[in-house]
Amino acid sequence: MSTIADIQNEIVSEFEILGEDRESTIFYIMELGGSLEPYPEDFRKEEYIIQGCQSKVWLVAEEKAGKVHYRADSNTDITKGLISLLIRVLNHRSPREILEANLDFIPRIGMGNILGSQRSNGLAAMMNQMKRYALAFQTKQNV
Amino acid sequence: MAIQVNSIRREFPILHQEVNGNPLIYFDNAATTQKPKVVLDAIQNYYEVDNSNIHRGAHTLADRATRQFEETRESIRAFIGARESAEIIFTRGTTESINLVAKTFGSAFIQKGDEIIISTLEHHSNIVPWQMLCEQNGAILRVIPITDAGELVWEEFEKFLSPKTKLVSVVHASNALGTINPVKRMIDAAHAVGAKVLLDGAQSTSHLDVDVQALDCDFLTFSAHKLYGPTGLGVLYGKRELLEAMPPFLGGGEMIREVTFEKTTYNTIPFKFEAGTPSIAEVIAFKPALDFITSTGKADIHRHEHDLLQYAVELLQDVKGVIPVGTATEKIAVFSFNIQSMHPFDVGQLLDARGIAVRTGHHCTQPLMRRLGMEGTVRASFAVYNTRTEVEVFAQAVTKIASLKNK
Repeated sequence: MSTIADIQNEIVSEFEILGEDRESTIFYIMELGGSLEPYPEDFRKEEYIIQGCQSKVWLVAEEKAGKVHYRADSNTDITKGLISLLIRVLNHRSPREILEANLDFIPRIGMGNILGSQRSNGLAAMMNQMKRYALAFQTKQNV
Repeated sequence: MAIQVNSIRREFPILHQEVNGNPLIYFDNAATTQKPKVVLDAIQNYYEVDNSNIHRGAHTLADRATRQFEETRESIRAFIGARESAEIIFTRGTTESINLVAKTFGSAFIQKGDEIIISTLEHHSNIVPWQMLCEQNGAILRVIPITDAGELVWEEFEKFLSPKTKLVSVVHASNALGTINPVKRMIDAAHAVGAKVLLDGAQSTSHLDVDVQALDCDFLTFSAHKLYGPTGLGVLYGKRELLEAMPPFLGGGEMIREVTFEKTTYNTIPFKFEAGTPSIAEVIAFKPALDFITSTGKADIHRHEHDLLQYAVELLQDVKGVIPVGTATEKIAVFSFNIQSMHPFDVGQLLDARGIAVRTGHHCTQPLMRRLGMEGTVRASFAVYNTRTEVEVFAQAVTKIASLKNK
């Protein structure tokens, strides 16, 4: 199985193909959102909303056989695309791998520049929440 | 006379740049307008030549600064047709102006059980100060409903009016939808029951000819930065007899006549409400902004902006997936819309990729958005330096974005 670093490299090269054109990059991100697994309606509740995002983002995680399974949704297409990238990198990994992951693909694809500061902060909030879930599962495994 | 838009654009240095590889199209004028070179020069000149604290020093620089500062007050008086410049109070912005009235007029003249009327169209800054006051003193807030087009329901307003009504605080032109309210009629109706009227002129003063004596409003609030002037500066107009009867707002320097540890007596208006060192450079640089508007011609500016609005509506009203929001008969140059199945943030980001600056979201009018059953809108708002070509580029971009989800 490819590592977190491998997948990040894959994403970076995919974005390199898109080049500098901001509009097509955004269209591409919006398309990616379509690949998200449907979000379970039972978890579309206030407590699953990530604080710190301007658009609404719901995120839930479960542990299955020692691996973390994330599901997420948003009310905006660009955000959905961004979450799908994070999920692609971190899904079905052990809590330890997730916690140790150095998520550098976002600056590497120049996302901060494309997104502006508000969305970048939101993206950071999503990453933190994903790591928080991993930490909770790791703590549980260690008990 | 028609607006000479090319020569006007030369006065605004910021407009001549590329954003994301495209010429900047600035359609976020309802949030803040850009500043002509005369305003930038005035700020620079103040700090290079005249910087000094006002109303105190006995030296030449202080005298020059004070004179220019007071000249702006006089320009504002003329701009809004007030009786005297003492009725013009400098604040940090419309928000502070409204809060000032809520804290001073509100605490002195509005009691438990009294009623304050606002409308569904209000910006948060004309909702929250009144909610705070009502929480404090037990007054009651009444909210005039709107139609789906974004116009106030007159009959409901009339029903609210009673001898209990102490204040009607209403937006002159809506920032989110552009609706121009029938404020003259509202003021007359409010006065008939003995209520005072505050007009939130944050949007209207830059687009309409607002004359406080003709309207007979009791207060008018607006911000310099929406009138091609500097940020951090607002205006409160109030009728002399009201300003004199109101207690001071902030305590400190400038607002006093004499201070002893036993008792302080207050300065006369406008200084009673201007504690501390004000935004001197900003006040001084606001005068050339007002002069710019006056010399360009208010009526011509309004005609030009209205033409741009009409053109945007014409180009976009039949595009599949584009839903105009706010279709009042009387509007300032604000085109608010949504695209079917798309979030306003995404639309804004895609427009930005083409160098087009618009505002997206709830526009600080969450209750209004809730009433309209939407989270937010995309808002393009026009100013004197915008062109028909820019509207065309914008309409093309919106049409393309709309086609993504509305085949």
